[in-house]
Amino acid sequence: MSRQANRGTESKKMSSELFTLTYGALVTQLCKDYENDEDVNKQLDRMGYNIGVRLIEDFLARSNVGRCHDFRETADVIAKVAFKMYLGITPSITNWSPAGDEFSLILENNPLVDFVELPDSHSSLIYSNLLCGVLRGALEMVQMAVEAKFVQDTLKGDGVTEIRMRFIRRIEDNLPAGEE
Amino acid sequence: MADAVLFEFLHTEMVAELWARDPDPGSGGKKKSLSVLEGLGFRVGQALGERLPRETLAFREELDALKFLCKDLWAAMFQKHMDGLRTNHQGTYVLQDNSFPLLITMGSGSQYLEEAPKFLAFTCGLLCGALHTLGFQSLVTASVAALPACKSLGSPQV
Repeated sequence: MSRQANRGTESKKMSSELFTLTYGALVTQLCKDYENDEDVNKQLDRMGYNIGVRLIEDFLARSNVGRCHDFRETADVIAKVAFKMYLGITPSITNWSPAGDEFSLILENNPLVDFVELPDSHSSLIYSNLLCGVLRGALEMVQMAVEAKFVQDTLKGDGVTEIRMRFIRRIEDNLPAGEE
Repeated sequence: MADAVLFEFLHTEMVAELWARDPDPGSGGKKKSLSVLEGLGFRVGQALGERLPRETLAFREELDALKFLCKDLWAAMFQKHMDGLRTNHQGTYVLQDNSFPLLITMGSGSQYLEEAPKFLAFTCGLLCGALHTLGFQSLVTASVAALPACKSLGSPQV
């Protein structure tokens, strides 16, 4: 293996770790600044939302996916295109509700939590809550109001990480008054 | 593998978050926010440095370490090399980036110069932290004359 090739892989690894390490440092800082885990969870969700509303543009520009016709298509795009593009993983989609308005994303491994351990004093912390905010913000920009929440977390001893996605309603474009 | 763009988005949001929460609008509060961002960067730089393979860390000379920062570390963070590295051969190095990605979204010229420091604090801390792991105590400051170019001034001391 040439030294050049090694340098390339090293660079990619550093690049990936940069994000996860920065995220870890951010969560640690938030835990210092806020007194309880619930507030940290809310902050992470809010920050994720702000990222999501901008990330969607990057996603649409790079992925060339067309408009999704239903929630099932949306689920596929989230798991097979978006997660793959941004986090290099492909969660599986399971547990569809009979009405087709809820599903679960199962992450075998969550890149955000490499090298992370949750201390007992922070048992209510949803470490990766940024992801839920990102999903919510991004989907809102494509006219979907959804709820995303973690229902299983490997950091808390569960076997997998599971995010439950629920479709709330379609967001209609608001027409200015006087126009029909 | 996390996509590189995620770091940029996260960084922007981090700066906005830590800045917005500052109750003291005077320079005292500003300094605190900047030092929090620097501290975060330092810890990340340290951790990144610690994860490098042994042979990368065996820099015989200060200049080799700086070159590593300018090429490998910068490429890992921003998918480009630093545009210039100068030294006075007495322990001070100037690293110049003519199109620093974390400043590019703020347009070009001098309109937002006042805002620039908060977008540089994390990266300065990161350089300092990485140098620390490589065995150098250093002082890293950054200056912006016109967006999106910036200079980092590093004074490593073994």
